Amino acid sequence: MPGVLLGLVIGTFILFVLDRGKGISAMLMAKRYLVEMLFILPPILVLLGLFESWVPKTWVEKAMGPGSGARGAAVSVLVGTAAMGPLYAAFPVGLALLKKGASVFNLCVFLCAWASIKIPMILFEVKFLGAEFAILRLALTIPSIIIISGLLKTFRMNITGIQRS
Amino acid sequence: MFTEALWILAAGWLAFSFLKNREKTKNALGFSWKLFRGMALPVLLTVWAIGLLLAFLTPQVIARTIGPESGAWGVLAAAVLGSVVLIPAFIAFPLAGAILNQGASISAVAAFVTTLVMVGILTAPLEAKFFGWRFTLWRNGLSFVFALAIAFMMGRIL
Repeated sequence: MPGVLLGLVIGTFILFVLDRGKGISAMLMAKRYLVEMLFILPPILVLLGLFESWVPKTWVEKAMGPGSGARGAAVSVLVGTAAMGPLYAAFPVGLALLKKGASVFNLCVFLCAWASIKIPMILFEVKFLGAEFAILRLALTIPSIIIISGLLKTFRMNITGIQRS
Repeated sequence: MFTEALWILAAGWLAFSFLKNREKTKNALGFSWKLFRGMALPVLLTVWAIGLLLAFLTPQVIARTIGPESGAWGVLAAAVLGSVVLIPAFIAFPLAGAILNQGASISAVAAFVTTLVMVGILTAPLEAKFFGWRFTLWRNGLSFVFALAIAFMMGRIL
């Protein structure tokens, strides 16, 4: 982490020396993303805390656990689709689901669905790329998500993130 | 509008929780705080990196990379570009539409859009912090491969 920070500081410095305008626009861009994040993360984190202490583990286990089958996958797609926000906001949500007993398969379905299936996003796609393009892409994406998650499950992907702490 | 709904929902549930059970509320906020502490620095660094990167990968550069003169490597280049950049839908789709209208191939545009949403190289360190590198590399790697497959199939069908 300190290495990354140092790299960014040096990179930013060089950018400012070479092209002040570009440096300023880079910082403005970063600021825009930061503001977006500060608006969306606090309520999500508070909701996840409440979810962690109020929702019984058995509910999530039953809906999205290892034995939940096709219905579990459907629930995961719906949970991922219903939410909004950038992909990094999905990570803590996925962690909370995992801690409550969701399977790795359903975690992957949830993350991919959050990333790629969003109603407002599909409307944008229809408008700018055409309905044919958008619907065909969606129709190919959904089975892809299921296959990717199935492969992850077959590889017995053990999760080793901060969920341990 | 969705963000406002989130704030209202969080505030409402928090108030309810506080009235019902102080202990549970304390634990809940403790969990929130732990998540926040784990994410704050990586997210900040990610946002910074996005800003720096987008100063170079302007819409013009993206259009040139994916555009009609990009040739056979265009689809792969588009997929790589989509994996690296992180731009919101309201910018990405108009841009993709404009590139398509300029005569880029369906496959290249489909590859760009699909990896843009499903593969995140810049967010990978954060994803790994939550779920480990093994999971992160496989999920992103497989998504990349499937994005290419989707792109080629769309090129054949449309």
